Amino acid sequence: MSAVARYFHSRAVTLGLCTRNNTRHFSTSLPLCELRHMSRVNVVDNSDLGKNAKTSGKPARIVHVYNKQGVARIGDKVLLALEKQKVKGIIVGCKQKQKHMIPKFDSNNVVLIDEEDTPMGSRINVPIPSVLRKKEELAKILAISSRFV
Amino acid sequence: MLFNPRAFYRSYDRPQKGHEKVPSWTIEKHRDSPLNATRVESERLRHAAPTEFRYIFPEFLPHPDWKKRDRVAEKLQRRDMLRRRLVLDIPEFYVGSILGVTVADQHVPSKQSRFVGICIHRDGHGLRANFTLRNHIDGQGVEIKYDLYNPTLQNIEVLKLEKRLDEELFYLRDAPATHSTITFDRKPETLPLGATVPVNMKKIPLNPPPWTQRWEKREDLKGIDLPELPEKRMRKLSQIVKPWEKYDLMKEYRKNISEEEQNEIFKEVVQHHTRVEKKRHQERLKRMT
Repeated sequence: MSAVARYFHSRAVTLGLCTRNNTRHFSTSLPLCELRHMSRVNVVDNSDLGKNAKTSGKPARIVHVYNKQGVARIGDKVLLALEKQKVKGIIVGCKQKQKHMIPKFDSNNVVLIDEEDTPMGSRINVPIPSVLRKKEELAKILAISSRFV
Repeated sequence: MLFNPRAFYRSYDRPQKGHEKVPSWTIEKHRDSPLNATRVESERLRHAAPTEFRYIFPEFLPHPDWKKRDRVAEKLQRRDMLRRRLVLDIPEFYVGSILGVTVADQHVPSKQSRFVGICIHRDGHGLRANFTLRNHIDGQGVEIKYDLYNPTLQNIEVLKLEKRLDEELFYLRDAPATHSTITFDRKPETLPLGATVPVNMKKIPLNPPPWTQRWEKREDLKGIDLPELPEKRMRKLSQIVKPWEKYDLMKEYRKNISEEEQNEIFKEVVQHHTRVEKKRHQERLKRMT
């Protein structure tokens, strides 16, 4: 995170207002942890592309969100840039605050898919939210998941 | 005479002389005032409920901000909460306790799914009461927030009843995974009858920064074992620290519901429980004969 982003990121700015004279106060929002353009995500299946992205030190980044809001949530399709390629993926876990009974994960997880919506890996070792079972288009991804939460 | 909307709504906001209407929040604010001549003393206090109830049923207490209060809504919610408690046993638990929650899930063949975790937060008043469970599964930290009075909750089981040094454990997100890992097949531990709830005095060591929050600035959290931080980061602490807050009586007053009101609320709970116990006793007798 850049120095500017770090400065805006901390909630402590609102907690501890400057006691010096002639200071300008500005409000900062709480960290929303939204997945947008250029957000880094963690590839969670056992595909080769995903493993290379983790080890190379250049994590996968969201380059386009396939919805009208521009904010990716659990179950949304996204276009990722990793290993100098453009690959599609499905968001399978969010750090963002979730509604009641929907799990919130410690990392933003994504599963890579190809043009026919078939997952590129053969197994997902991380728990998948049970809400995704409602979506029929994710059936192939749910078939390779090991555990539901 | 034509209807003049401007005049009509002006009179609604600012009533004419002789037709003043006191706003409900002003009444609420002055309800407990000693200057209120209509206040009836001590009849209520004579039949006070056990003082532990405010810790066992914290969601029965209303929002401390009088601007957000609605007594009719609160009473109706309390009635619904007690009716729900007839159907489902909602146990006593605290932040730091380990719970197992079974939820109705239409996508599972058994139509039920279970989640086990440590309670890191408890929030909400009335029917909005909720709690958050945290666990580390397959190397992934997972947190789920549950509404206490949601009808799809089928079972809430306390696997370990204990308290921690803090009222919220969000710092577990920045702590090693071992402190949040709870096995799903954990057996419930029961405390002996009449025992007080034990306080786990564990101090959690944090991972090296960066963290999700600036934990060094949270002087109210006692359960953190802070690591060595650079001097530049610690410099700002002297400006932020508020040592006078623990002596602020008015802040304490504003944050809490008065004891008299608490007794009134929990009297309803006690009455409800005695009624339920009586009914269950009668049913037991019927079954025996």
